[in-house]
Amino acid sequence: MDSYDASESTPRQSTSSRPEDYFIGATFLQKRLESVRKQTSFIPTPPRRKIPHCSQLQEDVDPQKVAFLLHKQWTLYSLTPLYKFSYCNLKEYSRLLNAFIVAEKQKGLAVEVGEDLNIKVIFSTLLGIKGTQKDPEAFLVQGLTLSPRLECSGTILVYCNLLGSSDPSTLAFQVAGTTGACHYTRILSKSQLPSENREGKVLWTGWFCCIFGDSVLETVSEDFTCLPLFLANGAESNTAIIGTWFQKTFDCYFSPLAINAFNLSWMAAMWTACKMDHYVATTEFLWSVPCSPQSLDISYAIHPEDAKALWDSVHKTPGEVTQEEVDLFMDCLYSHFHRHFKIHLSATRLIRVSTSVASAHTDGKIKILCHKYLIGVLAYLTELAVFQIE
Amino acid sequence: MSVLRPLDKLPSLNTATILLVGTEDALLQQLADSMLKEDCASELKVHLAKSLPLPSSVNRPRIDLIVFVVNLHSKYSLQNTEESLHHVDASFFLGKVCFLATGAGRESHCSIHRHTVVRLAHSYQSPLLYCDLEKQGRGSCQAQLKRCCLQEPQLPIPR
Repeated sequence: MDSYDASESTPRQSTSSRPEDYFIGATFLQKRLESVRKQTSFIPTPPRRKIPHCSQLQEDVDPQKVAFLLHKQWTLYSLTPLYKFSYCNLKEYSRLLNAFIVAEKQKGLAVEVGEDLNIKVIFSTLLGIKGTQKDPEAFLVQGLTLSPRLECSGTILVYCNLLGSSDPSTLAFQVAGTTGACHYTRILSKSQLPSENREGKVLWTGWFCCIFGDSVLETVSEDFTCLPLFLANGAESNTAIIGTWFQKTFDCYFSPLAINAFNLSWMAAMWTACKMDHYVATTEFLWSVPCSPQSLDISYAIHPEDAKALWDSVHKTPGEVTQEEVDLFMDCLYSHFHRHFKIHLSATRLIRVSTSVASAHTDGKIKILCHKYLIGVLAYLTELAVFQIE
Repeated sequence: MSVLRPLDKLPSLNTATILLVGTEDALLQQLADSMLKEDCASELKVHLAKSLPLPSSVNRPRIDLIVFVVNLHSKYSLQNTEESLHHVDASFFLGKVCFLATGAGRESHCSIHRHTVVRLAHSYQSPLLYCDLEKQGRGSCQAQLKRCCLQEPQLPIPR
């Protein structure tokens, strides 16, 4: 009896709760439609973001492998999804890109005079640089100098270690480590051949990654690989040539990613909020005052522990950063400066933020200093890149 | 006395007065000049102010429209606007206040999010216009402002 009553009542409940269910899991689009139907104007809620955690990174990524990503100035670009990119064909892509670069150089279009820019590229995957399992793997393109120049300065010393017959004419040199030969010789040059970097030193590096790119991944089809963030370090001409090849091969589009003052202040707040064992750099802000005849730059350096103490006094919600907290943090800095110098920093433009975690410039240049928060920094940059693409 | 009231003075015949409130003098001046160049059926007077409250010593006509100019590149102008809003009587917000946001074109220079200004305009139930004085399309902005202001019928206070 009871079950019969229950089954009768539940359909009624489900019909009544359906409109609420419709709004409970509301996405952005659904909220807008709802507001249009109600004929109210759409007011977006201020964003809340998570403070970057270090735990995920430590599980997956070897710090040595990402060490070369740190302490380098990267120029940021946003990239539309790549069409028909496959991680299995990396060697093929290296070959094609090398051929393309050689062809471009022969065309003589490179304007840079001076350094010989013959580079050879190698593609490789960067394991572990991702936010969730759904994110595609990051991959790295490195441009190395061509054929190793054996700069043998001085004499070539020949060590003949003839165990058996002392016949100097039979100088057969063998790779060190072979055993069983009666006599073996080794020809050593004065400057040792570098064992790992046989190819030469790295001239240009570029890497593609996607951290927490769920909003883009949902909208694209299977053929596309979404790696919206591209970071490049090296000569501009090389970036341009490699960018052109990618655009032709994968039907994608690069655009430089500029960071506006609003996002820089968010970055400052989020990076100050990161817990650090020891601080390697002071927290520094740079503002540009537009005035004629030439613009004035104001640099404001704060001891990182003081900045953290200020943030802790402002911060209310654990684990999250809200718009009000960011505004309050920046307002505290502005009012402190105003009290001493009577200058309203809020009327100027913030162009550079530098903390112990990372430093960012409004032109789209970033330098990451701490491997613990690498993923967190990249997550925010991916968000900016995705926003620019959309 | 420091609060601006819409109906505390008699309206002048065939004249409309607009008050522009904003931190950047050059911007306000530019806006005022281009507004005065437009042809208008009635006479137009433009007053400029850095912030409210206005000094009470000056003899000024009744203000028909207040335009708060917010520069999206500068947080200071937003803070100034928010402080000035406290000195405006509530009855002004029945169609005699308008918000103007400038600088939205240069996204890389913006230090205020566009939604902040949208929310501000929404909470005061007043229209929000976007304007970029660096580009050519200034004329449309002035036309919109004129329409806002001159649609208000200038009825004399019944006695």
